[in-house]
Amino acid sequence: MTSEPQAVRVENLAKNFGAVQAIDQISFAVPKGGCMALLGGNGAGKTTTLSILLGLLIPDGGKVLVLGQDMVHHRFRVLDRLNFSSPYVDLPHRLTVRENLTVYALLFGLHRPRQRVEQLAEDFGVAEHLDKPTGRLSSGQRTRVALAKALLNDPELLLLDEPTASLDPDTADWVRTRLEDWRKKSGAALLIASHNMAEVERLADTAIILKQGRIVEQGTPKALIDRFGRANLEEVFLHVMRSPEVRT
Amino acid sequence: MKSSSLRRIGALVLRHYYLFRGSWPRILEMAYWPTVNMLVWGLTSQFLAGDSGWVARASGVFIGAVLLWDVLFRGNLGVALAFLEEMWSRNLGQLFVSPLRPIELVAAMLIMSLLRTTVGILPAALLAIPMFDFSIFALGWPLLAFYANLLFFGAVMGLAVSSLVLRFGLGAESLAWVIIFALAPISCIYYPVGILPAWLQPVAWALPSTHVFEGLRATMLDHQFSSGHFLTALGLNAGYAVAAASLFLSVFQTARKKGLLLNVGE
Repeated sequence: MTSEPQAVRVENLAKNFGAVQAIDQISFAVPKGGCMALLGGNGAGKTTTLSILLGLLIPDGGKVLVLGQDMVHHRFRVLDRLNFSSPYVDLPHRLTVRENLTVYALLFGLHRPRQRVEQLAEDFGVAEHLDKPTGRLSSGQRTRVALAKALLNDPELLLLDEPTASLDPDTADWVRTRLEDWRKKSGAALLIASHNMAEVERLADTAIILKQGRIVEQGTPKALIDRFGRANLEEVFLHVMRSPEVRT
Repeated sequence: MKSSSLRRIGALVLRHYYLFRGSWPRILEMAYWPTVNMLVWGLTSQFLAGDSGWVARASGVFIGAVLLWDVLFRGNLGVALAFLEEMWSRNLGQLFVSPLRPIELVAAMLIMSLLRTTVGILPAALLAIPMFDFSIFALGWPLLAFYANLLFFGAVMGLAVSSLVLRFGLGAESLAWVIIFALAPISCIYYPVGILPAWLQPVAWALPSTHVFEGLRATMLDHQFSSGHFLTALGLNAGYAVAAASLFLSVFQTARKKGLLLNVGE
């Protein structure tokens, strides 16, 4: 364990893909137990930022500390303490839900994988689907399985990319409630990249709006709404996205 | 090796066991081609045995060669397909955000290669006994030496192919089949190295597989195990293994720089 007070600390992070500047000198921190949302249009740099935080992508510049560890050089020191879910990855469709969760439980070094898998399946309402091939589930059920996988190791930091994308409103609400409950219970930090402003208002303590790889606005959802004099975060987001200037 | 590391390797092997347990056509497919190959070459050997003194002296040489060629081929596929399975299922990003280390993934793929190859070859080897009165097991311990060298070389080739697929994406997946077939003519599976043009012979001798097939013929025709060929194959394999592992780890770093680990899948 470390005395690092922040779950995530990013300083002057930069990443280029050829001539495209995907991330341009961004800095932010997520306190332990906090929830931050990354907002932005397509190509704003949200997924790139998450990938760097997970150690899947090496930045061109800047510093990335996750749970006190440098993710470029020492990611294996913390990978068992964090987890993630993203629509860009999947679980093998031919394996059953139980098999997929068991494999990941073992990869994360859980000592009683069976109990943990069954408990999470119960928590996420997929217990009756445990022995079905993952590919035969609906997208809503698969999202719940992916979230169950993301909580297998009871992470201290959870990174979620579009956690409720493609879910119907009822299921999306159900998932948000589960995430809120889990966060309250575990005291873990949460970083979400989302297009869903209602979700961000409900879950996040703070939000960052990214545009062309730069942070253009940040603050609590309420502070952002007040600052722009809008009714909700969606209106703030649309205003920021449509304004031509990019604040640095 | 730490127990946590072994546990993660075991988890990945379990993942592939689950895949095969749920799909009997996959298991059948593993044994199908080696068996068909063995039958074709076994029948051809029988036909030629009446006319060729060389074949008559060791009628099982073609069957032995085709079975061992399949060890090389399946060894390569065992690793390459285990890796491709992760890419096809878009699971690679998930795996590399777990505590699994790249070298543990490689170790799991090698184990899968051993299991897949053994499951694939064993039925063909057993069927050759009643069909052609040829038991490759009669080779004794040299069989183990041939098997280990070919399986390892195949797995090393599979690792190199996996590296290329990781670097260039699924468009390069056909390399899993193409590269190993390109080695077949110069591995001299069914004929001695002397048949090759002189300029190509040094290339052939640089392959562990060539030494294994030369060693197989020496064992079957002259009833003499060539420790020279065995040790050379072993040394070459060690060199190729270091090169392939270095390539894989280097491509993994490149993938982390270019963001290739998330953007995979069909």
